[in-house]
Amino acid sequence: MNTPTGPAVPGSPGGPPDGSAAPGEPLLSVRGLKVHFPIRKGVLLQRVTGYVRAVDGVDLDVGRGMTYGLVGESGCGKSTLGKAVLRLVEPTAGTVRFNGVDVAGQSREGMRRLRRHMQMVFQDPLASLDPRQSVESVLSEPLRAHGFAGDRSRRVRELLDLVGLPAGAAARYPHEFSGGQRQRVGIARAIALNPELIIADEPVSALDVSIQAQIVNLLEDLQDQLGLTYVVVAHDLAVVRHVSDVIGVMYLGALVEEASSDELYAQPLHPYTIALMSAIPIPDPEVEERRRRILLTGDLPSPVDVPPGCRFHTRCPFRQPTRCADESPDLREMRPGRKVACHWAEEIAAGAIRAAASAHDPTATEVGTPSS
Amino acid sequence: MRPVNPASRGSLLEVEDLSVVFRQRGRADVRAVDGVSFSVSPGETVGLVGESGCGKSVTSLAIMGLLPKRGVRVEGGVSFDGTDLLSLPPDKLRLLRGRDLAIVFQDPMTSLNPVVPIGTQVTEVLTRHRGLSNGEAREEAADLLRRVGIPDPSRRLREYPHQLSGGMRQRALIAAALACRPRLLIADEPTTALDVTIQAQILELLKTLVAESGTALILITHDLGVVAGTCDTVHVMYGGRIVERAPRHELFAEPRHPYTGGLLASVPRLDQPRGVRLQPIEGSPRDVIPWARGCAFAPRCPNRVEECTPVAPELLGDRHGLRCVNPLRSDQPATKAVPR
Repeated sequence: MNTPTGPAVPGSPGGPPDGSAAPGEPLLSVRGLKVHFPIRKGVLLQRVTGYVRAVDGVDLDVGRGMTYGLVGESGCGKSTLGKAVLRLVEPTAGTVRFNGVDVAGQSREGMRRLRRHMQMVFQDPLASLDPRQSVESVLSEPLRAHGFAGDRSRRVRELLDLVGLPAGAAARYPHEFSGGQRQRVGIARAIALNPELIIADEPVSALDVSIQAQIVNLLEDLQDQLGLTYVVVAHDLAVVRHVSDVIGVMYLGALVEEASSDELYAQPLHPYTIALMSAIPIPDPEVEERRRRILLTGDLPSPVDVPPGCRFHTRCPFRQPTRCADESPDLREMRPGRKVACHWAEEIAAGAIRAAASAHDPTATEVGTPSS
Repeated sequence: MRPVNPASRGSLLEVEDLSVVFRQRGRADVRAVDGVSFSVSPGETVGLVGESGCGKSVTSLAIMGLLPKRGVRVEGGVSFDGTDLLSLPPDKLRLLRGRDLAIVFQDPMTSLNPVVPIGTQVTEVLTRHRGLSNGEAREEAADLLRRVGIPDPSRRLREYPHQLSGGMRQRALIAAALACRPRLLIADEPTTALDVTIQAQILELLKTLVAESGTALILITHDLGVVAGTCDTVHVMYGGRIVERAPRHELFAEPRHPYTGGLLASVPRLDQPRGVRLQPIEGSPRDVIPWARGCAFAPRCPNRVEECTPVAPELLGDRHGLRCVNPLRSDQPATKAVPR
């Protein structure tokens, strides 16, 4: 799975202009990406009264054949970021380079051609499959649209085989499948045109626990077989850690930490990551009893009104009287391969600053006023 | 012969051989719950665990008497502090519900009335069951909201559900459920719709509640991680029946039913090394056979043997109950470490 060498861009018609991608350059490179949604008021004039800053300046690189995991809680902008990479929502600012090609600069037709190399797997397979389309029709549509030269029904059977569905599934309709099988159809559709990059938005969270593992394993197998590059967007850090090489943790539209999957687990550096990891239940009572849980105070602030200074300071159990409230921390490289956006990461890692909130005091959970 | 439930000493709620049958016109009846027995003592947390369709939520609705009368047949016994809830007339049951029995559902938006302020929904319980005046009830409600960690409670009482975040709403719902200091609280997937950091807050709140007031808690969930940190006794359900039952530590240290073991092996653990391939359970929860024709899990079971059909195994064992003819051996680890 960690093979850094994927297949070269197929030189088929409709391939991206094989641009300036130097060897060793990441397949996907995002710089300063912002997606702001305007909030309009008024009937006639539609004045813009503010912006939802869903994605607020994100830089990231995804190497060929790697899996980049994007985690965060609802409303942190992780799904919007995934869509902005494919230009399914239009970025407000910043650049996305795929295989050396500037995605934002593409014309409509250029974008259509580019998309065969970058595909998406959605969370809810029932909602993302047309109920009136048979699986055969679902899977042959992208082949038709992109002028696939070979035998389409043979390719459909090949795809079904790749995702572990029987050939007889082609004649059936989405409602005839279980959730796990439907997600297999969604994955088959995504790989139909041999893409290089797949963005999977919560690929397993709508499935029963016993089924989740089947889909996780399938995604891993396909990556090995087809040399795919993944961006996996999910809220479940245990799943993301399992599949990803590198993980980016998002909070309120920005990356607050980025590290290799193993290092992130071994030592989370950002206070939000520390709290997030401590909140994830582990199915082992012995471990659960030994763990120290860091409870966050209050709820996620609105992305319309992002707190000044560090965006996490209103809930941060490690908040300090200086810098946090008025100075916005950059995502900086603390040591090689470890990026963190916190002024006090070194002190927290060294144990010089400790979390303030008590884990067993329910009254400590108050919005915006961390007990100190 | 049904095995005697070991925890029935001093128990507050006893569920005996509970079955729920949904009748469908022109189709075979569906037995959603099929002979479920368990008990809960004051101050105890009991977990009902299973995937969608295993009957865990229908069990809780049957206990609360919240299933529709038409087209549904409820059999067996549910005894709350000596009172048989199933034969209780509706008005008597309504007196118990809200006062002694309370339930919190998964989705706080659908269980709160969207056009009624939060305050009214909490005080309603207090005026109705504890006979408080409106003023007293408001004070008490503000106090309850504060207890569940809602800041500025008197302002929140005037707000409507849509003005609160998901975590706040779930806390408001818990506050309403706690208003009359119920002796039994059923929490049906109380944190499934919430983010993990909020989930941690709510679970901590429930734990505090059980420890401080001796409330008996039934926690219904699909998440084994939630169970591991909260429940004293765990009942694992599959196809409407309990397939394994054990004290928490025992269940996780030595799962015996292949379904329990399979569930544990199929979820990635945050504290496990990467590169360990997950062991999924084959098939889907749809692939069940009726218990009348053998073990419902047999079609998906890695340990399947001939004896699994056509006679379904009984739930045997006092402390560690098990419904399986070929359980996992202790040298057959639930989480097999197969390098990728």
